[in-house]
Amino acid sequence: MSARTSDLAITGAVPDVAAPRGGRLAGRGTALAALLIFLVLAVLPPVAVAVNDPFLVVTATRIIVFAIAALSLDLVLGYGAMVSFGHAAFLGLGAYAVAILSSHGISDILVQGVVAVAASALFALVTGAISLRTKGVYFIMITLAFGQMAYFFMVSLSAYGGDDGLTLGGRSTLFGLPILKSDFALFYLSLGVLVLAFVGLRALTLSRFGRVLRGTKENPVRMQAIGFQPFAFQLTAYVIAGALAGIAGVLLANQAEFVSPAYMSWQRSGELIVMVVLGGMGTLVGAIGGAIALLLLEDWLAHFSEHWKLGLGVLLVLLVLFTRGGIVGGVARLFGRPRS
Amino acid sequence: MPRTGARASLWHPQSNPISLPDFSGPGLEDDDAQGMFNLFLLQTLNGVQFGILLFLVAAGLTLIFGIMDLINLAHGVLYMVGAYFTATFTALTGDFLLGIAIALPAALLFGLVLEVLIFRHLYERDHLDQVLATFGLILILNEGVKIVWGAAPMSVPIPEILSGAIPLIGPLKYPFYRVAIIAAGLLTAVGLWLLVNHTRIGMLLRAGAVNAPMVSALGVDIRRLFMLVFGFGAMLAGFAGAMVAPILSVEPGMGDGILILTFVVIVIGGVGSVRGAFVAAILVGLVDTLGRTFGPIVLRAVMEPSAASQTGQTLAPMLIYILMAAVLFFRPSGLFPAKGAAA
Repeated sequence: MSARTSDLAITGAVPDVAAPRGGRLAGRGTALAALLIFLVLAVLPPVAVAVNDPFLVVTATRIIVFAIAALSLDLVLGYGAMVSFGHAAFLGLGAYAVAILSSHGISDILVQGVVAVAASALFALVTGAISLRTKGVYFIMITLAFGQMAYFFMVSLSAYGGDDGLTLGGRSTLFGLPILKSDFALFYLSLGVLVLAFVGLRALTLSRFGRVLRGTKENPVRMQAIGFQPFAFQLTAYVIAGALAGIAGVLLANQAEFVSPAYMSWQRSGELIVMVVLGGMGTLVGAIGGAIALLLLEDWLAHFSEHWKLGLGVLLVLLVLFTRGGIVGGVARLFGRPRS
Repeated sequence: MPRTGARASLWHPQSNPISLPDFSGPGLEDDDAQGMFNLFLLQTLNGVQFGILLFLVAAGLTLIFGIMDLINLAHGVLYMVGAYFTATFTALTGDFLLGIAIALPAALLFGLVLEVLIFRHLYERDHLDQVLATFGLILILNEGVKIVWGAAPMSVPIPEILSGAIPLIGPLKYPFYRVAIIAAGLLTAVGLWLLVNHTRIGMLLRAGAVNAPMVSALGVDIRRLFMLVFGFGAMLAGFAGAMVAPILSVEPGMGDGILILTFVVIVIGGVGSVRGAFVAAILVGLVDTLGRTFGPIVLRAVMEPSAASQTGQTLAPMLIYILMAAVLFFRPSGLFPAKGAAA
């Protein structure tokens, strides 16, 4: 057992693949942890009313939106072992789909959602097909570059605000009804999407598709030898993740009622990676936990000093340097997640 | 200093005062053609100058990638630190050249300290750990610079002996300082070429880029080699930062934009190849600079002027990424892949 864990620590791999028995237990553990998080989130709005702190719901919505984005990144990063450094681009594309359509008077969330998913999926398909021709360091740098490409595209798109961003006329509607007008409605919609995304991705990763994806992560050559084409599976995962991040972008635009290229900056992509790794890669629930932890940590550090990023940076460096096998192992122990 | 909105343009040579010929004014056909040629000449020089600076940052980074298989996101902040050192030492000594002369060893020392404190522990880690740690380092250094020097941009005056402009053709002039940048960059490139191709250390570097464990197995102190490469790379990036200090504002986060461009250069050139970095850097510099100027002009041939300038402005910043995608599509390991390097 100890040999296996040290093995895992090095590769940061998912235990489910190597040991089916322990894996199934761990799987149940993560599902339970996720259920717990969802329950806590579900009772948050009434609590916020009770303690008379409506801003709590706004913060929580924001956290949920980033949790969805981190969840989608986990499919690529944790299960597919593709270190994508341009994931914020999809988030931004989804947000811009809402803003641009709404500036033309189309505020129906279904139309916006379809356009957002189509745009981010298409961007993922094209950039993914090119990026996946490469491996390792190249892949990281290329996804980063494509993310920047999307960023600069929006910066120079002066018709839609350019660098300054674009303020929404109002939140999205459904069949002309302003259903998202209240913060609570948006919160529960976001939570619903989060739960659906978690359940969907969980089913996906436990399916044959997910096993091939993880097998590719473990040993691409062997997967090819037994007759799979890793490229098709990886690209599919990349497109699914991109589309889901696009949906998160739709929610983000509604939450902030504002979009700007800053949503797509590479620092944002870096933060998404930090969320996934902080919580634990390839566990899905880890991405959610990581998003919650990082955003709360940022809020908390910001209370102390305007230079809170310094603290975050120091923390990141220390975590990598002093936790065995990277952050995954250390944080898993720290948070006492059921897997260990 | 005039600025356009985009962050990249802070770095971009075009955002600096250069006397561009005025197109919009009345002129005969001949004058227009002459003006176009002059503009082309100026922008080509700007592109080369931009490319040279990119090369200085990319050279160190490509060696670090190629030899140590280390993805270093923090290389851009080393460039920033170089600029800040230069600004500080120039202010202290009152002389720009003396400022650079002190800033360079300081940047080298800074790189070595970082290597010992952090990077040394990352070589054996996987790429994701390296991404996280160096991402954290960017946050630290960007904030650290803000704490030490303040958030307001600093400016460094162009030194007296390098100011002025040299005449090109007819009334056309080009700032002498920019010529000096090109010259200094080319000299550095030649020096690097000699170092890499004609010295023992260079031989080890090339061997390291192909197969670092083998170099180590043959009895070379690979740790010392790594440390040397890292410190040297930091100094080169610092040198680029030092040279732009007088023409750009020195401010926190100024390294972030160049980092991404450097990645593009390295990917196009091939990880681990200094020659590839040089070719790719000049290519990226030229494509970016000329694309921004001539994209709208070329589009005007097929579109109406306002749509052309709008489309051109939108597409121009994307050109180098399209170039990168095209190169990768045909050569996934870049133009000059160092065989066996992290491909």
